[in-house]
Amino acid sequence: MAVKELYDVIVIGSGPGGLAAAIAAKKAGADDVLIIERDIELGGILLQCIHNGFGVEIFKEDLPGPTYSQRFIKEVRALGIETMLDTMVLDITPLKKVYASSKQHGFVVLEARSIVLAMGCRERTRPMIRIPGTRPSGVYTAGTAQRWTNVEGYLPGKRFVILGSGDIGMIMARRLTFEGAKVERVLEVMPHLTGLTRNYVQCLLDFDIQLQLRHTVKRIIGNDRVEAIESVKVDEKWKPVPGTEEIIPCDTLLLSVGLIPENELSKKAGVLLDPRIGGPIVDDSFQTNVPGIFAAGNVVHVYDLVDWVTEAGYVAGNAAGEYAIKERQKETGSITIQAGDNVRYVVPQMLDKAHLTDKPISLQMRVINPIEDPVWVEAHDGSNLVARKAERYVRPGEMVTLKLRPKHFDDVRKAGTLTISVNPK
Amino acid sequence: MEEKTKLICISCPKGCSLDVTHDGNTILKVENAACKQGYVYAEKEFTDPRRMVASTVKVKGGLHPLVPVYTANPIPKPKIQDLLVELRKVELQAPVTGGDVVLENVFGTGINIITSRDMPAV
Ligand SMILES: Cc1cc2nc3c(=O)[nH]c(=O)nc-3n(C[C@H](O)[C@H](O)[C@H](O)COP(=O)(O)OP(=O)(O)OC[C@H]3O[C@@H](n4cnc5c(N)ncnc54)[C@H](O)[C@@H]3O)c2cc1C
Ligand code: SF4
Repeated sequence: MAVKELYDVIVIGSGPGGLAAAIAAKKAGADDVLIIERDIELGGILLQCIHNGFGVEIFKEDLPGPTYSQRFIKEVRALGIETMLDTMVLDITPLKKVYASSKQHGFVVLEARSIVLAMGCRERTRPMIRIPGTRPSGVYTAGTAQRWTNVEGYLPGKRFVILGSGDIGMIMARRLTFEGAKVERVLEVMPHLTGLTRNYVQCLLDFDIQLQLRHTVKRIIGNDRVEAIESVKVDEKWKPVPGTEEIIPCDTLLLSVGLIPENELSKKAGVLLDPRIGGPIVDDSFQTNVPGIFAAGNVVHVYDLVDWVTEAGYVAGNAAGEYAIKERQKETGSITIQAGDNVRYVVPQMLDKAHLTDKPISLQMRVINPIEDPVWVEAHDGSNLVARKAERYVRPGEMVTLKLRPKHFDDVRKAGTLTISVNPK
Repeated sequence: MEEKTKLICISCPKGCSLDVTHDGNTILKVENAACKQGYVYAEKEFTDPRRMVASTVKVKGGLHPLVPVYTANPIPKPKIQDLLVELRKVELQAPVTGGDVVLENVFGTGINIITSRDMPAV
């Protein structure tokens, strides 16, 4: 793929939020829409969510995550939306410059008329919840274990304890059981389940996996690898109740303790975040405080249903597309055509940028002095040569034409003034 | 003899807590269901409980070493373990197309196991 420098809309992230945003931006009339994704394929987190439960609102069907994603990927391809995979966005500026790095393209700087942030969310990790004890291997987030088990074909342990009764944790409890592992316990510090009740039934109850509410991990035991965890009951004030400790042997501890919107990039672009949820403050079209920067999906707040992420993506993408079109209209203006060396006059004297589309434009001129040897007829933007053609001779009585063709238009657009000159070769 | 059992409907994310009055496996009354699917679920759960199953099968020469698969319809709960055993024996060759049938009419249930996504060859 050839990388352009300027896009109407750049979407960062290709989960359901980003895919929907790109589709809506294109449908709103934006020409160049680009999705940048750090993974080697489009689809986002849903690619590892192989369980069903997606699409009930939008498709009235109960689909697995990868199937849901694939429907939107197909639409993105059909609409001719460009994609850059295996590419990490490193920085965004308030002026909508995007700095990215990839194996294929190296370090690239792109510019967009509008941007949709669709980086999704990430999982809380051990340091965020401060579990004491040793630091052996075998402590992972549930989502990491999900990626290994469902995509990469690697089971991270044999005996598991899961901390947190979030959906990802419960779904992983069932998944690990399917793969022949033993889930010893699910511990939840709250007095209630934090995930969906249906997941409690079909992921834990169905497989006799024990859930303990108001319990947490007091300590991790093990040197190189987790050997056990010590659990403890907590009271109403979240204080451990002495005497309720239990050693649960296991080789792996999974954390399913919540998701937070992924907004490191947003901050760099000057986007203000709502401190309560960690996502950008947005208006009803999901525009952030930075004009032309929109946000869609779990980057804003963590949604319950993927279908709603898609809906949000449509709204943000549509607004981003319309914004880009307005910007483009503002950029259009005129370019002055100036007579340079040995040129008396040029017609037309002005070019409307809006007309620089797919048809060539003829510049007609008369020279001041005849030259009976071969000459160059050239259009310059300062010292930059934009277009030229050769003539065998020029005479004041015979009009000279220089055609500007679509391949020249990118350079023409950048120029404030084009100077036309006729000089001996 | 009339009995009361609490059941959580798993047909949708709402997860209604159903109060089921029944005589053995015969349902007499279902209370607290937010929609009529709750009754259907309770009846099924008493006579022939079924679940959707999603897992993975091996694939050779693909972008990833596994391709996700799922039951096109819920399968009887007692068959889940047997199904997982069967799925471990499957090995596909990339490219794979989403919706391809991996196992047909498993255990004579009429239910197919299908792939959840394309898996391009690399
Ligand atoms: C582990 C996990 C499991 C989940 N399971 C479920 C579930 O079972 N059911 C459910 O409804 N929801 C689930 N969710 C929530 C899920 O994230 C959303 O439902 C949905 O995927 C959100 O879509 P999204 O487009 O906002 O984000 P995502 O799908 O997360 O997509 C974000 C994309 O942005 C890319 N990205 C991020 N930063 C950059 C960067 N700097 N440069 C380039 N690309 C970048 C990421 O690689 C990713 O592909 C889960 C979330 C996680 C983290
Ligand atoms: S009874 Fe209806 S609303 Fe309630 S969980 Fe079942 S399907 Fe959903």
